[in-house]
Amino acid sequence: MNVGIKIEHAVKKYGNFTAIPDLSLDIRSGEFFTLLGPSGCGKTTLLRMIAGFNSIEGGDFYFGDRRINDLDPAKRNIGMVFQNYAIFPHLTVRKNVEFGLKNRKLPKDEIHSKADKFMELMKISEYAGRLPEKLSGGQQQRVALARALAIEPDVLLMDEPLSNLDAKLRVEMRTVIKDIQNRLGITTVYVTHDQEEAMAVSDRIAVMSEGVIQQIGTPKALYQRPVNRFVATFIGRSNVMPAKIYVDGNEKGISFDEGYRQPMDNLIDVTDGQNVIVSVRPEELLIRTDGNGMKAKVVYSTFLGLNTHYMVEFGDGVRAEIIQESQIDDIIENGSMINLVVNPEKINVFTEDGRKSVVK
Amino acid sequence: MEKKKSFNFWVIASLVVLALYLLFMVYPLVKLVSRSVVDADSGGFSMRYFKQFFSTPYYSGTMINSFKVAIAVSVTSTLIGIPLAYLYNMYKVRGRKALQMLIILSSMSAPFLGAYAWIMLLGRSGVITKFFEAAFGVTIPSIYGFKGIVLALTMKMYPMVFLYVSGALKTMDNSLMEASANMGCDGLKRVFKVVLPLCMPSILAAVLMVFMRSMADFGTPLMIGEGYSTFPVLIYNSYVGEVGTNQNFAAAISVIAILLTMMFFLLQKAVSSRYRFSMSTMRHNIEKKQARLLPSMLIHIFSYGVVAVSLLPQAYLVYLSFRKTGVGGVVFMPGYSLESYQEVFRKMGNVIWNTLRICGTSLVLIIVLAILIAYLVVRRRNAVNGIIDALSMVPYVIPGSVVGIALIISFNNRYIPLVGTAAIMVVSMCIRRIPYTIRSSVAILGQIPITIDEAAESLGAGRIKTLCTITVPMMLSGIFSGAIMSWVTLITELSSSILLYSYKTQTLNVAIYSAVSKGTDGRACALSTILMIFTVVSLLLFNKFSKDGEIMM
Repeated sequence: MNVGIKIEHAVKKYGNFTAIPDLSLDIRSGEFFTLLGPSGCGKTTLLRMIAGFNSIEGGDFYFGDRRINDLDPAKRNIGMVFQNYAIFPHLTVRKNVEFGLKNRKLPKDEIHSKADKFMELMKISEYAGRLPEKLSGGQQQRVALARALAIEPDVLLMDEPLSNLDAKLRVEMRTVIKDIQNRLGITTVYVTHDQEEAMAVSDRIAVMSEGVIQQIGTPKALYQRPVNRFVATFIGRSNVMPAKIYVDGNEKGISFDEGYRQPMDNLIDVTDGQNVIVSVRPEELLIRTDGNGMKAKVVYSTFLGLNTHYMVEFGDGVRAEIIQESQIDDIIENGSMINLVVNPEKINVFTEDGRKSVVK
Repeated sequence: MEKKKSFNFWVIASLVVLALYLLFMVYPLVKLVSRSVVDADSGGFSMRYFKQFFSTPYYSGTMINSFKVAIAVSVTSTLIGIPLAYLYNMYKVRGRKALQMLIILSSMSAPFLGAYAWIMLLGRSGVITKFFEAAFGVTIPSIYGFKGIVLALTMKMYPMVFLYVSGALKTMDNSLMEASANMGCDGLKRVFKVVLPLCMPSILAAVLMVFMRSMADFGTPLMIGEGYSTFPVLIYNSYVGEVGTNQNFAAAISVIAILLTMMFFLLQKAVSSRYRFSMSTMRHNIEKKQARLLPSMLIHIFSYGVVAVSLLPQAYLVYLSFRKTGVGGVVFMPGYSLESYQEVFRKMGNVIWNTLRICGTSLVLIIVLAILIAYLVVRRRNAVNGIIDALSMVPYVIPGSVVGIALIISFNNRYIPLVGTAAIMVVSMCIRRIPYTIRSSVAILGQIPITIDEAAESLGAGRIKTLCTITVPMMLSGIFSGAIMSWVTLITELSSSILLYSYKTQTLNVAIYSAVSKGTDGRACALSTILMIFTVVSLLLFNKFSKDGEIMM
């Protein structure tokens, strides 16, 4: 059975400190939903409130239509995967997987066959008789996942499940997780601080900062149309540059200090002369040789095969990063002066305080 | 509904534990304090016993004596224990495991037995004394008094320093040693600049233990002190003294003793709070070096020499136990026999059974209560459990003889007539040992991540089920090794048992003590050999079951 999760006006307090002031969220049934944010943003706190390990100081939590605020964690029918796996070290892999099934008082053969099924699914059947200390990190993570899934929970919760693995395993395991979730179609809430991981696995992502959800959206929406400066810089990389709005008859656009003006047709709620900040992805800063655009000096370059990165410096000392597909020609020499323009469709413009986007 | 039930279980558990502490610890202490300020004759409030204590040099002198002994033993034990630990952990030593076992073994008998054995060796008619007199006409300086106490206690206490400092050295990061050498600080300089400061928390903890135990030790000064009277002896004498018992005076001295140990305890806490740091978790263990031939020989001579000296007395007692004795086991005669053992089993067979049942019951109670209390304190923090946590530390500062006096004063009445029963022995043993078991259980539990509990819970296990099927089994190996140490301390307990025992509840250690004081040396030696066998078997069991040979005192 699959359920959606609805959270209305959740409040979390630790003594006098309010970790989550007022948070509402709607997670669809069967969705892979990720809470993403820097450490201390409240994402794990929120996950643990859903799991029932943290007290709830205000608001309502629903699984489907059922209010779960006062329900014991044991009764919520959730599968949880912990950052440190939390595998029971004194039980074999099979006993770990069977632990939840035994608590449901299922018949013996059913426990056995279900454990088999999920160990098979996670490809750990061959380790069934081993103690966890004999397993590698990736294998332990698979045990943790099999154990969580074996009880056929309504909701799967994962708290930074990959952060203890090395980079290569991390990429491998996230594919496994995504694949399993796709196959079982289970509502999943995933917590991570790694934006690339979040983009790779999620249907939708909620970006959190200081206990407040900044934006909820698909990975594509977050990357291309962040609603504020925080999201723009947290998801992917962005060059943040000061600029001014100009309104010239019917034409609106942004003008940079360098005298470079870029018309834009998707600006809203702007006035002539308004200070704004422009966020430009490194790949949207384009090098021009026709003399147009902002002047900048190449400080250094890094050749990374597919792409070449340039660090450039503008006249006012502000630095920006450019990523260009590597060319067969020579890499631009350090110290060279170049001209840069931006791709008007893909850049984002925020109010001066960075809180609000002025792009449609 | 379900939730409410499990909620109640923990509340009841907290309240039961609290009630036990109130009845068996707080109430006796309150009773003790109130007795100390009541005039035994008039029944009115009076500070006369405190005045008597401080105005009579004979009494107040015991306080100074106790301090002198405790300080001297702390110094000598660290002087032996720290170098031993350093050499043992830094260099390759042959027979490491055996050496460690022997070091531990030498700490594992009751201190008074050491004193007794030293008398047999170096006393007025000791075998070494006589040998020197006969062979060289040299008189060995007297072993009695301050020197003897310090010698006997040091030989029992240095292993504690060794174990604490070894523990610290084992977790020390080898990179720190290499970094230090890299920056030109090597050898002895490094020991003082890097190694010792890093071991400081453990050294301070060890010194605290040594100080408190030497301060509270009662058997050694009684045996070898010969007029060099210390605090616990005074407490004992004023309770069972020849001049008639004076419980109120004993109570007053007890109160002073508690205040003094408490002061030292707080002082140690204050000092050690300055030395708090944690090692990086990404550490490389120290690799033991092979010393060159001559230094290596010196290392071996020192390590095994210390152990030999500290085990010599015990070995001698074993030897004596097989000697022929005169009528009633009073004097040793030439030749060998099993007489002493036959005597012991014929007349005192029940003391072995007493030891097993009293210490066994205490051990089970201690383990169950300690796990429960550790769980309450670590996993279920609230106001009541905070009080329990604080109360659980109190017995640290109560010397054994004070526990004995307080229990006698409190439970010698119509309502709870415990004096003379096995129950009161069990209570005193629990009170004396439980803080150590609680601390180690708390440490073990603290290392189990809370997510393990949460995982069990999210998989549908209730809290009690989680505790029984997950938490306790995970704690078990640690608890087991702690339990064996507790067992050894329990069977060698003397200072409170000597006050609380009755004819029916005499334990091995008490029996040895009375055999010694009756002059039946043969029996005493046989009994102490039996006790030693118990200890050795326990230690071997420990070695078999503990994963890493770590020992928690």
